[in-house]
Amino acid sequence: MSADVTLEDVREDAGGEEAEEQIDLAPVRKIVDSLAETRGMLIPVLQDVQKVYGYVPEEAANMVADQMGLYRSQVYGVLTFYTQFHLTPRGRHIIRACSGTACHVRGGKIVISKLESMLGIGHGETSEDMFASFEKVACLGACGLAPVIMIDNDAHGTLDPVKTERIVVNLREMDSMERGE
Amino acid sequence: MKILTRNINRPNPAHIDSYLVNEGYVALPRALNDMTPEEVIDEVRFSRLRGRGGAGFPAGMKWDFASRDTRKPKYIICNADEGEPGTFKDRVLIEKDPHAILEGMAIAGYAVGAEKGFIYIRGEYPEGARILERAIAQAESRSFLGKNILNSGFDFSVTVHRGAGAYICGEETALIESLEGKRGQSRIRPPFPVNVGYRNHPTVVNNVETLASVAPIILRGGAWYAGIGTVECPGTKLYSVSGHVVRPGVYELPMGVTLRELIFEHAGGMRDNRAFKAAFPGGASSSCLDESELDVRLDFNALAAAGSMLGSGAVMVLDDTTDMVKATHVLIKFFEHESCGKCTPCREGLFWIRRILDSILDGKGTEADLDLLLDICDGIQSTSFCGLGEASVNPVVSTIKKFRHEYMAHIGNRVTRRTDVEAAS
Repeated sequence: MSADVTLEDVREDAGGEEAEEQIDLAPVRKIVDSLAETRGMLIPVLQDVQKVYGYVPEEAANMVADQMGLYRSQVYGVLTFYTQFHLTPRGRHIIRACSGTACHVRGGKIVISKLESMLGIGHGETSEDMFASFEKVACLGACGLAPVIMIDNDAHGTLDPVKTERIVVNLREMDSMERGE
Repeated sequence: MKILTRNINRPNPAHIDSYLVNEGYVALPRALNDMTPEEVIDEVRFSRLRGRGGAGFPAGMKWDFASRDTRKPKYIICNADEGEPGTFKDRVLIEKDPHAILEGMAIAGYAVGAEKGFIYIRGEYPEGARILERAIAQAESRSFLGKNILNSGFDFSVTVHRGAGAYICGEETALIESLEGKRGQSRIRPPFPVNVGYRNHPTVVNNVETLASVAPIILRGGAWYAGIGTVECPGTKLYSVSGHVVRPGVYELPMGVTLRELIFEHAGGMRDNRAFKAAFPGGASSSCLDESELDVRLDFNALAAAGSMLGSGAVMVLDDTTDMVKATHVLIKFFEHESCGKCTPCREGLFWIRRILDSILDGKGTEADLDLLLDICDGIQSTSFCGLGEASVNPVVSTIKKFRHEYMAHIGNRVTRRTDVEAAS
């Protein structure tokens, strides 16, 4: 378990390709060190890494593998199996719309179209200004409030297009304020 | 009758002080001080409590198997990966009564001889995970969890593990794989987790609702619990009611309530006074019931006899505005996406079912497609590696059987395909 892999080593292993932007990998090392070195912690480690970067950069994934003594393929296998891991940068806000049956039969489809047209993006996409990423997801476990969406960690229920519009407009205002615009 | 939901309307229900007011953590010391592990298992066996995750396996028997295995360490896993579409009952317990779950886990640990517990909570419940972590810290500070619990010499600690988005991880062996840091793909059974589970050690995997039922059983006795509900399926059940009813929500009722009572007496009846058309009584993977089956009792045995299943008790109610083919298509898209990819029948079969449904909805289907669908369903059901594939085709088979005319409405009178399935994709 070597703790002194440098960014350069990782790059070389990856074929010597220059990453477009240099990513500070110090947090990754800290995360791996703070959690036990057993394989069982792989998913929590990757979740924490994602919390730092908003996604799991390739260099970070490689470093996790090397530090935990796993094959990179094992880490990649886990990253691509679970839908909540992302390998590309994501928007400042994550909007998840439920496409489950309970929401579908209560007008979920209209809410999804409204969101897509307001955000200008479809499932799995991120708006160019990085304002938001949009995902259609399976049941959010709030079927009593159908149709439901989740914005970041908050669920919004019993939606219709009007309510949906208001929520997105509010989110945009909040986002602008937070960014000091 | 409020057993599981006894605390949810208290102020600040998730706080330990609120739990303690209502006989919270009274069952745990009673088990530790006055009962042997065997007596605890016997009490749960007498209660005839059946697993609330879907399979309905007797909880006491599961604990008994794990307790007989002499290898250590052993583990208790609380399955909080509530992912069955239409199910939102465990979320209520997690957010409103986390200590009931923790107390049940500690009692389970004492009964089978485990010192370590995990709560595997789905990634979509970040708030639930935070609430559970707070509850664990509170319980540790009062010696209801941790080393030498209440000076009994019994150690039991609990760790929350957040899932990362995979329906299959609700299946207990896939959950264990995931907990070990791997892709969540099911293991062959037997051996069962009670003998070869987490890190190949004896492991009890119980649903949230099952564990939350434990403390009341220890407190009032197995015989009391066995007297509630039906003889074969005792106790109360949390039903998650969704869809076209006036008041969707979680209802705690004695097991064996009929579908009619649940919809019309508890959930406020059908929305906009529309007519009832169908219900999936056990989540997305159950067979649907039609109007003629409104008086079926919603318990494990009665629903099995009716050709469906109780599953997690997720009752999705549909009115006469629903297109059953479209509803089935939504369900199948879900299973196609969530198939873990390990076995061919599930991975490929669901893909083809979805393609054929696409084609039918595009107006390009034929009547022969319905036979083809049933044939594929039969293949998936009989040869899939785990329960996901096995149950995933239930909505297709049951809607073709009970609502064939709706498929025919999309198909028309066509006997030969206008364009092949390939072109429809």
